[in-house]
Amino acid sequence: MATEAHDAAAATHGAADAGHAVGMPQLDFSTWPNQIFWLLVTLVAIYFILTRVALPRISAVLAERRGTITNDLAAAEELKQKATEAEAAYNEALATARVEAGKIVAAARAEIEADLAKATAKADADIDAKAAVSEQRIAEIRAGALESVTEVAKDTAKELIAALGGKADARSITAAVSARLKG
Amino acid sequence: MSEEASTGFAIHPMDQFVVKPLFGGDHIAWYTVTNVTMWMAIAVLVIAALLMLGTRRRAIVPSRSQSVAELLYGFIHNMVEEVTGHEGVKYFPYVMTLFLFILFSNLLGLLPMSFTTTSHVAVTVVLALMVFLGVTILGFVKNGIGFLGMFWVTSAPLAIRPILALIEIISYFVRPVSHSIRLAGNLMAGHAVIKVIAGFATLVVASPVVIGAVTALYGLEMLVAVVQAYVFTILTCVYLRDAVGGAHH
Repeated sequence: MATEAHDAAAATHGAADAGHAVGMPQLDFSTWPNQIFWLLVTLVAIYFILTRVALPRISAVLAERRGTITNDLAAAEELKQKATEAEAAYNEALATARVEAGKIVAAARAEIEADLAKATAKADADIDAKAAVSEQRIAEIRAGALESVTEVAKDTAKELIAALGGKADARSITAAVSARLKG
Repeated sequence: MSEEASTGFAIHPMDQFVVKPLFGGDHIAWYTVTNVTMWMAIAVLVIAALLMLGTRRRAIVPSRSQSVAELLYGFIHNMVEEVTGHEGVKYFPYVMTLFLFILFSNLLGLLPMSFTTTSHVAVTVVLALMVFLGVTILGFVKNGIGFLGMFWVTSAPLAIRPILALIEIISYFVRPVSHSIRLAGNLMAGHAVIKVIAGFATLVVASPVVIGAVTALYGLEMLVAVVQAYVFTILTCVYLRDAVGGAHH
């Protein structure tokens, strides 16, 4: 049978098994059934590895990744939209706040200025009043001092005259003192 | 042997392709566990490690191994979809199986001391015949006898159509031959050349050149390993288009 034929072929190529290759080992047909058998076993093994495990798994992973990327892109687009909206809202709020702050500052400034003007006016009035009172008192004091000088001068003059042994009437002394003071 | 010993050369570029039983004995029956079995099993394990362990976390942000697995998936999926059209996508697992087996066999074959399963005509012929028979049967199942319309070039003048049909039929049957020999030939030649050049490393004068040459060839072979896997796969897609897309060429 076929096997026996191969046996015979193997026997003729015994040299190849024993040591070095004789001619081309590729053309040693005695080894063909062996190679073909193991090749078919190998191909079936690889085919089952691929169809049962590897290919479905890889295609699932690729599909899942494609889905994830699509979803992520959509989510990113949405988030970007939201970010743009948020930025717009923020800018609007900022502008409003700025206007508000300007108003508050202006109002505060006006109020402070009004208060200041009022206080200044009051202070001026007080100062004026106080100055008037002071001037009056100064005038009084000056008048009082002038009177006292006249009095002292009259008395001194009378005493001097008396000490010198003179006699003078009050009217002439007064007139003399007045004339001196004026001069 | 004695001659080799005296010259100092021991260049056996074809030794790396010898199929050996893994657990002793001379006889290789169809079920014998050989170095072919071992390296095909390693390819299966590497593919399983990359595509199953690498993707086990099903991460949205992939790890490195998951990235590679996804890259391979996307690369072949796009190729099948672009070349064969939307109808061909359901054959994607078969194409992916072929591509991964060839790619990892080629790359594992570049490991020192390894065995390159895809450098054997037995392997590539089976792969090519699977594509050829699969495409032919699928073509007849989907298009009925109209599948033969592929060989009848209606855009050509009537007089030369029979000649064209003959050429088309011949080229159709040459497909599995070129499809399989291209892959095995490229790998066998590359690996043999590396071995031959590396054999000269025992010459002290030549060794720096040899090291440089082997390094360069190794880089080239990496490219060949990937490109041949790609070529085999895209040709599979092109043939598949004939069956799936109908006879409109």
